[in-house]
Amino acid sequence: MRALILVGGYGTRLRPLTLSRPKPLVEFANKPILMHQIEALVEAGVTEVILAVSYRAEQMEQELTVEATKLGIKIIFSHESEPLGTAGPLALAKKLLEDSDKPFFVLNSDIICDFPFKELAKFHEMKGREGTIVVTKVEEPSKYGVVVYDDNNYVESFVEKPQEFISNKINAGLYILNPAVLKRIELRPTSIEKEVFPGMAKDKQLCAFELEGFWMDVGQPKDFLTGMCLYLKYLRTKNPSILYKGPGVVGNVLVDPTSKIGKNCQIGPNVTIGPGVIIEDGVCVKRSTVLRDVKIKSNSWLESCIIGWRCSVGRWVRMEGITVLGEDVIVTDETYINGGQVLPHKNIVSSVPDPQIIM
Amino acid sequence: MLKAVILIGGPQKGTRFRPLSLDIPKPLFPVAGLPLIQHHIEACILLENLKEILLIGFYADDQIKPFVNKMQRIYNISIKYLQEFTALGTAGGLFHFRDQIRCGNPDAFFVLNGDVCADFQLDSLYNFHKTNPKALVSVMYTEANKQQSLNFGCMVIDRKTNEVTHYVEKPSSYVSAFINCGVYVFSLDIFQTIGEVFATKQNDLSKPDCGNGNKEASHIQLEKEILARLAASKKFFGMHVNTWWSQLKTAGSAIYANRHYLELYKTKPRRTSNLNEKGDEVCCTLHPDVYIDPTAVIDQSAVIGPNVSIGPGVFIGAGVRIHESIILANAVIEDHSLVLHSIIGTNSRVGKWARVEGTPTDPDPNKPFAKMENLSLFNRNGRLNPSITILGCGVSVPSETILLNSIVLPNKDLTRSIKNEIIL
Repeated sequence: MRALILVGGYGTRLRPLTLSRPKPLVEFANKPILMHQIEALVEAGVTEVILAVSYRAEQMEQELTVEATKLGIKIIFSHESEPLGTAGPLALAKKLLEDSDKPFFVLNSDIICDFPFKELAKFHEMKGREGTIVVTKVEEPSKYGVVVYDDNNYVESFVEKPQEFISNKINAGLYILNPAVLKRIELRPTSIEKEVFPGMAKDKQLCAFELEGFWMDVGQPKDFLTGMCLYLKYLRTKNPSILYKGPGVVGNVLVDPTSKIGKNCQIGPNVTIGPGVIIEDGVCVKRSTVLRDVKIKSNSWLESCIIGWRCSVGRWVRMEGITVLGEDVIVTDETYINGGQVLPHKNIVSSVPDPQIIM
Repeated sequence: MLKAVILIGGPQKGTRFRPLSLDIPKPLFPVAGLPLIQHHIEACILLENLKEILLIGFYADDQIKPFVNKMQRIYNISIKYLQEFTALGTAGGLFHFRDQIRCGNPDAFFVLNGDVCADFQLDSLYNFHKTNPKALVSVMYTEANKQQSLNFGCMVIDRKTNEVTHYVEKPSSYVSAFINCGVYVFSLDIFQTIGEVFATKQNDLSKPDCGNGNKEASHIQLEKEILARLAASKKFFGMHVNTWWSQLKTAGSAIYANRHYLELYKTKPRRTSNLNEKGDEVCCTLHPDVYIDPTAVIDQSAVIGPNVSIGPGVFIGAGVRIHESIILANAVIEDHSLVLHSIIGTNSRVGKWARVEGTPTDPDPNKPFAKMENLSLFNRNGRLNPSITILGCGVSVPSETILLNSIVLPNKDLTRSIKNEIIL
C-alpha cells in the first residue's frame, strides 16, 4: 500500500523551532513528527510513502532516507514548484498513485493521534466508495469546519465554522482514497477539503470514519504541548513501560536514556526529555518538551515550554506561558521569561515578563 | 560630658514605610541586621564623653521600651525613651524635654533624625562645633543634585567661615544644592532661641483674633522655625560631608540603606555580630556583603548575597538564591526559591520554586549626588510604579508562583501568581 503525506511549506506556525529544522523532523515525544505517521503507516502495511513538499530540504531528505532504509520502505519526495494546497499535490503525484488500483492513504503532516490505518482500510473496503475521511469529536466545533454525515456514515456536507451547533465531528486530516478520486483533481493550487470532498459528498462517494481516542493538530506551540499531554496519556495505557520511572518523576514523563537528571528534581507531569539532555539538581519541569542536548542548570522552574536543541538554561531561571526557545539559546541565571518566542542563537540576559518575540 | 537625642517620631509618621511599619515602629525596622536607630546608637557610643542617649517620640511606651532595655544591656549606657504627649515637632520635643537634656550640664548635645542613614561622623562634627565658640548649632550637610535638592532643607554656606547664611526647608525653587543631613550638635543655649519662639507663638495664640488656634505653641519645627531663623546669625555652621547619606522614607529605600550600612561596617567594627559569616561556620555560598543572624538556619546549597540581611530564626532551604533583599525574623524560604529586590516580612513563608522579585529604585548612579527618589506608589497614569516587592508579616507565597513588583499586606495567604499589584 501507499500513502501520501502533505508536508507542505516552511511550518511558520512552529517557528522559531522550524527556523533550524523542517517541521516534520521536529521531535514530538522524542520522535520526529513525521516518523510517528510513517511508523503507523508501515505497521498497517504501507511500503511506499510519498512526501509532498513545497520546498527543498536536503536535511529532511537525507535523514528520512536513512529512516526509510531502517524500516524497509521506499520514500519518494514529490516537490511542488509552487505550493499546491491540500489537493494539488495529489495531482502532481498522479502517476505514482495510479500505478495500482489499490486505495492510498493521505494525511496532513501535523496530525498526532492513535492512527487507525488498518481499521480505516477495512472500513473503506466495506463501504466500497471512492473515499473515506477520518472524523474526530471536538468540544468547540465552531472553531473548525464540521462534517455532517448520515447514519450510514455517508458524508452529506461540510460547514465551515458553524455558528449554531450542527455537528461536533471535524475532519481529522486523514483519508483513504481510491485512485479514481484523482480524476476529480486538477494540477493547480487547490483544496481537497473545499474543492474535492464536497463534490464527492454530492455523488455519495465519501464516507466518514469515526476516530477513537485522542487527536491533535500539533502545528503550533500551544497545540504541540497539548498534543504531547494527550500522547503521553495514551502511552500510559498503550505502552506504559516506556514511560520514565526515576526519582522525582510525577505523572506521565518520557525521558531519553542518554539524558541525565540531577538530585531533588521534579520532572512532570507531562514532560518529554530528549537525548543528551542534562538537568542539574533541584530543577522542576512541568508540561514541557526539552529537545536534544539541552542543559538546564540547578533550581530552575519551567512550565509550558518548548526548549530547542542545544539550549542552555541558567540557574534559578523561571520560564512559563508557552515559552519557545529556538536552537542554541542561552538564558542567563535568574532571568524570568513569560511567553517568550526566542529566535535561535540568542543570549537572553534580562527578564521578559510579558509575551513577546525576541529577534 | 555629651548627650545625644534621637528623634524617632510616632505612628502617624512614616506612613510611606507601610506595610513594613504596620508590624513594627519604623525606627525599629532592621537594616543590616540592626534596628534602624541602633545604627545611631552605634555611632553615639563611639564618643568617649557621651553619657546619655535620649529617644524622643510619640510612640506608645510599650512599643519602644523593650528596645531601650535591650540597648542598655548591650551598650551599658544610660538610654531613655521620652514620650511626647502629642506630636510636638522636631524642636517642640527638644524644648519640652529640655530639663532632661540639660540635666548634668552637658557641654553640648547631638540631635539625630531617626530616619537618616549615614556614616555619622559625630566626633568630627563635635570638633567642628568647638572651632566656632559662638556656635549654637552645627549641622552635617551634603550635596544633592539641583532638582532633588527641593525635597530637602537647603542651605547657603559661606565657604570661608562655614557659616550658614540662608536656610529654606523644601523650597519650591532652587536655592542651593547643599542639604541638611539631619545630624546636629547643639549648645545648651539653643533652648533660649527655642524658648523665644515658644513665647512668641504663645503670645500670638492668646490674641483673640488668632485664627490659627490649631497649631499649639508647643509644636515647633526645628527646620522651619529655628534653623531658618538662625541663618546668617553667625551662630549656625555647617560641616560638609561627602560620605554616604540617605533618608529612610519609603520601604524601597530600606534595601538601598541595607547595602550601604553593610558596606560601612566592613571598615568600621560594630559591637554586635559580624558580617559575611555566621559565627565560625561556613554556612553556604556567600557573596559579600551579607548579614546573617546567628540563629538563622541556612542550607549549605543556598547562595546568598550581595546585599542581604537575614534576621533571627529564619529558615532557608536547599538551593535557595537571595540577593538585594531583607529577610525578617522567623521567615521561611523553601527549597529552590529565588528572592531578589524584596523584603520578606516576619513569619512569612515562601514556597518551593517560587520567585519573589522586585525592581530596585536606587538613586541613579550616573547622576552625581543623586539621592533616593522615594516615588509615590502610583504614577500619573494611576499605575503602580515598579518597586521592590514587599511581603508584610505572616504572608504565605505558594510553591511555584511568581510575585513581581507587588506589595502584600500582612497575614495574607496568596493562592496565585501576582504581578504589579497591591494585595490588601
